[in-house]
Amino acid sequence: MHWVIEPGFFSSQPVHTALVLGSVVAVVSGIVGVFTVLRAQSFAGHALTDVSTAGGSGALLVGLSPLLGFVGFGLLGAGAMDAIGVQRVRGRDLATGVVLGAATGLAALFLYLDTTSGATTGATQTILFGSIFTIDRSTIPIVIAFSLVAVGLIGLLYRPLLLASTSAEIAASRGVPVRLMGLGFMAAMAIAVGLSALAIGAILSTALLIGPAATALRLTKRIGAAIGAAALIGVVETWLGVLLAYDSFDWGSGHAGLPVSSFIVLLTFAGYLTSGLPWARRLSGRRTELVGAISGAAQRP
Amino acid sequence: MFSSFMTNTWIVATIIAVIAGVVGFFVVLRGAAFPAHAIPNSAFAGAAAANVFAFSALLGLAGFAAASAIGIATLGRRGRQDAVTALTLVLGLAIGAIFLSRSGEYEPQLFALLFGEVLGVSTSELLPVALLAAASLIAVAVLYRPLLLSSAVPDVAEAKGVSTYRIELAFLLVLAGATALTVPVVGALLIFSLMIGPPAAARSFTDRPPIAIAASVGIALMTVWTAIACSYQTNWPIGFFVGALAAFDYGVGRVWAAWRRSRTARIGASEGDLARHEPDSSRAATPTVVA
Repeated sequence: MHWVIEPGFFSSQPVHTALVLGSVVAVVSGIVGVFTVLRAQSFAGHALTDVSTAGGSGALLVGLSPLLGFVGFGLLGAGAMDAIGVQRVRGRDLATGVVLGAATGLAALFLYLDTTSGATTGATQTILFGSIFTIDRSTIPIVIAFSLVAVGLIGLLYRPLLLASTSAEIAASRGVPVRLMGLGFMAAMAIAVGLSALAIGAILSTALLIGPAATALRLTKRIGAAIGAAALIGVVETWLGVLLAYDSFDWGSGHAGLPVSSFIVLLTFAGYLTSGLPWARRLSGRRTELVGAISGAAQRP
Repeated sequence: MFSSFMTNTWIVATIIAVIAGVVGFFVVLRGAAFPAHAIPNSAFAGAAAANVFAFSALLGLAGFAAASAIGIATLGRRGRQDAVTALTLVLGLAIGAIFLSRSGEYEPQLFALLFGEVLGVSTSELLPVALLAAASLIAVAVLYRPLLLSSAVPDVAEAKGVSTYRIELAFLLVLAGATALTVPVVGALLIFSLMIGPPAAARSFTDRPPIAIAASVGIALMTVWTAIACSYQTNWPIGFFVGALAAFDYGVGRVWAAWRRSRTARIGASEGDLARHEPDSSRAATPTVVA
């Protein structure tokens, strides 16, 4: 075991915090991510990460916790995107892009001011790429509170959201307020993105939102199962990433670890690629058939 | 501001604006804002690798940009394209972060690569940049008709034997070439602003592709030049000005389109001819050019 898990892994306080935080964030991202992928809103999700980058760097500038900046700006960005027309499929692309670009510009300015004001060294690094090992234990309750809000929102909207995600027309004809639904979902997405920005960095948080969810949706077509699988895949990938980063301190001679976030992103990408391989397709195909057969049998009187 | 050490910057910025204006027109037409954002982000990894292993930054940028273009086009064929684009994007950033963590001066380089650096152009880089720009423009000229056709009416294009996949791949590769040029000055995160703000504005002024492309180049030039001047004067990062001005361009385009619509609505009935040429409500951002 020694060469798989470096000594001290399980007794290290920062590792504990990282694992707890990473798991919570991965679960929330997985749940919200399935809907993001279903609704083909990856671009909007990514735009929110850039908006929260501006928020995090702005919060540092005025001495607030970056997490508040991430989530606060994310919610504002969700509102702005809705206001200039992301809910229409046509032109959604451009509206999203413009918000993204403006927010990134703002992030550039804030980070520049962060760096020149000298109050925070390494602001660019911390905000953009995260540093899960340096997060204080005391943030865990706040993270859990935000997580509950995001998951609660999804739970509240679940059925109508699912309908609106698969067919907006049918949903609208049944009296579902599609636009309001979209806005509520964007709010949940903003919170999820803000949380994973804290864990793996603002511009990488897209990975946890999209990676596990896209992987899960390739393995199963049933939404409930996909949500469970996405959360599980996300947690496994996060844990593996933390482990590899911890181990990487002893790779090479420099005793400088490689960034955790990069490992997590590489793992999410690898996970997505693996799920497209023939055996994974066969496996999920057989499972789907099996499930179909069982539920078919159950429905027969 | 116009002293000798700034000359290279002005020259490269002008080349960048022309490329961004031309390529950006097709980005807007095809609704390809997300790939246009993702490819430069992946290219960031190339620049970081070049930094660590001491080879030409342009080579690294072009290599990684092309790889991500191929990745998006190929993986997107079988999966959900937007999810694949998102994953390719973060993959590039993550690899870049690993490379940069191996190099000594992490922070300033990271910032310059992501958000741009006005003074970052040396004379030896001018020729390769000009060549790559020329190659991109020639590629757009060669692809012009099939690209317009497949952007506006993909079904017709397929029927005429224009492969959607090949056009998509070719277009993304052109985008990659344009990206490699622009990352060192404007930064990986903000090039795409330049590729959507000015063309989006241009498209709300006119519906005819050649004129829209020219207008898009013009607006991009104004945007880049203003951004450099402001950045030079205030010492603030150029990326901020590019992002803000591109959003401003888009806003002006939207207001113009709305004003034109309301004017047509007023004159509407009496001047049927005008109304026929008028875009509908979502026209400003809808690919409906007649090729």
